[in-house]
Amino acid sequence: MSDKIIQITEMNKWFGDFQVLKDINLEVEKNKKIVVCGPSGSGKSTLIRCINRLEEHQKGSIIVDGNELTEDTKDIEKIRAEVGMVFQQFNLFPHLSILDNCTLAPIWVKKMPKKDAEELAIQHLEKVQIADQANKYPGQLSGGQQQRCAIARALCMEPKIMLFDEPTSALDPEMIKEVLDAMVNLAKAGMTMIVVTHEMGFAKEVADEVIFMDEGMIVERAETKEFFANPKSDRTKLFLSQIL
Amino acid sequence: MNKLNFLQPDKNNLSTYLYTGVFLVALSIFIVFLNSFFNKDLISFLPGTISFFLPLILGFIGLHLIRIDYSGLKFLDKVNKNINTNNFNAFLSLLIVFVIIKSLPPLLSWFILDANIAGDSKDVCTGSGACWTYIKIWFNRFMYGMYPNAEQWRINLSFIALAFLGTIGFFATEKFKKYLTLYYVVIYPVIAFFFIFFFISGGPIFFDFSYGIIAAVISIIIGFFIPSKFKMYYFIIVPITLYILLKYVFFYEELIELGKLEALEWVETGAWGGLSLTFIVSFFCLIFCFPIGLFLSLGRRSDFPIIKYFSIGMIEFWRGVPLITVLFMSSVMFPMFLPEDMFIDKLVRVIIAISLFEAAYVAEVIRGGLQALPRGQYDAAKSLGMGYWKMHILVILPQALKLVIPGIANTFLALVKDTPLIFVVGLLEIVGMLNLAKTNPEWLGFAMEGYVFASVLFFIICYAMSKYSYNLEQKYKTER
Repeated sequence: MSDKIIQITEMNKWFGDFQVLKDINLEVEKNKKIVVCGPSGSGKSTLIRCINRLEEHQKGSIIVDGNELTEDTKDIEKIRAEVGMVFQQFNLFPHLSILDNCTLAPIWVKKMPKKDAEELAIQHLEKVQIADQANKYPGQLSGGQQQRCAIARALCMEPKIMLFDEPTSALDPEMIKEVLDAMVNLAKAGMTMIVVTHEMGFAKEVADEVIFMDEGMIVERAETKEFFANPKSDRTKLFLSQIL
Repeated sequence: MNKLNFLQPDKNNLSTYLYTGVFLVALSIFIVFLNSFFNKDLISFLPGTISFFLPLILGFIGLHLIRIDYSGLKFLDKVNKNINTNNFNAFLSLLIVFVIIKSLPPLLSWFILDANIAGDSKDVCTGSGACWTYIKIWFNRFMYGMYPNAEQWRINLSFIALAFLGTIGFFATEKFKKYLTLYYVVIYPVIAFFFIFFFISGGPIFFDFSYGIIAAVISIIIGFFIPSKFKMYYFIIVPITLYILLKYVFFYEELIELGKLEALEWVETGAWGGLSLTFIVSFFCLIFCFPIGLFLSLGRRSDFPIIKYFSIGMIEFWRGVPLITVLFMSSVMFPMFLPEDMFIDKLVRVIIAISLFEAAYVAEVIRGGLQALPRGQYDAAKSLGMGYWKMHILVILPQALKLVIPGIANTFLALVKDTPLIFVVGLLEIVGMLNLAKTNPEWLGFAMEGYVFASVLFFIICYAMSKYSYNLEQKYKTER
């Protein structure tokens, strides 16, 4: 139990009448890197959005770091502060400079003194190699730089888990690499990560396990090597044959 | 020498076309100018219709001749690009120039040349122009309404003080910059309220104002010696306690006795008026309607049904009724629902009514801005652990409000221009005073001057506001 940082049991979710997630069971141990892949519309994004309750699930339970996510979880904000998230569309705050984007949440949510927050932000911006852009506004940066800033912003909250929702899907091929590099470095530093992505190269390089989802169900879950070498289900084989 | 083709002017014979064209245009303008300013008709020998249209035709041909692409002359290219792109535009440009020339002399003569400003009675206004004497004589009333002349320094002093306090933001040092928002949103309106409702109003109530000032001054002086750890509590508790002590314990009885003698003369709100009332009403309505509108717009998007339907109800109700009936009800119907001994000043009721009315519009404008934000902004804020208020104050509202500055400015301008409607409850701001002055038997027949005067004033106010909103837009522009 102690090292299982995320526990999802029998989780179901509907959008209206449409069931997007069916009986999801998933356990993630501390410091594990998990890649979630699958065709679009298979519920990958919804799954990880459920983990920090950007979406509500209707049945089953999700336990994050020992706290169950329920309708009346008063400290949902505390859980969210411990779960960083990076989005496909970056979602930086366009009215704030890069530095302010990174310090906003530490200052206002964690009540960190401004000076400390700025030092921390610069540290993380250096890790993703955009410290020199700190005083620019998001609109002045390229997509890759924006996404790296988004990663730094999430890291500034010093989260225990990082969720990535197709972080490279909205980027030019040239910029994908710089973002993936930042993610690889993060993985090597020992962060617990759940990554929804189509970048199979990234999966092979850093993932401990790969999950394949289709039609709202987890079709296959296996160690990375095992997953790519001999996938068990036919659906996975078909998917891999198309994507590789 | 290239062949001249007058249907298609080209660059090769530039000077020929240019001189002919400029001459024709100049001639046409000259004819109209003489006709308009000196009443001389150069072309009167021609038959009526032709002489009427001749300047237009001449100018039209002239503009056609100088329409040469890439002539190399900067000025000519600019003219062609802006007013002479094709035949139709050339025609319109000419027409506009002629109309301006034609309308200048009568305007000039009415406003300045034949106008009167000397003297102090209607008798000096013999000319055909405007009678500015009328404005001059009534100026005081247009500015202050029925406020007693001897007491008008109170209005002046209040406005100067408030204008000064309003500009404090420009002088604030780096250390105090972060308190500016608090100052403008909370402290400044409160100070303004004290000034206007206690100082301008005067009377026994003036003592409240004085007590407030005394309490504030004393507590600020003592405040310097209080450790910063307790300052927050100190400044909340001490001034209020002092005020209550001053009012009810120490000086109450004596001052009530002396009060009527020494206090400022009481001027009831019914006597306030003119431009100063326009300012007072606009100022408070602007200050109140914005936060109310903000909360209504957030309420309308709330998940709690009670808040949501309350907001929808408020917005739809206030948008659905005409302002004039709202004002009428606030003054006639509303007091009926109050207990007998309770009295709320007419001006206060009017300000509340207009604020609620405009708040509904502000709410919908802000809601437009909130809806324009992508959902990702909400997701990002939430995923960083922000709750509802932090998310809105730090992330959503700064962006949404920036988007709706033009819409808010629109609503605010409409509000300022709606203030004359308060005449239905007997409050006479500047347009109300005009209407009063217009019907004064001594000064019949000068409605025009009055309305022109009011229009100019309103234009200055509104133009300043619109410029300011434009500056704000530029200031907060961070996206490329």
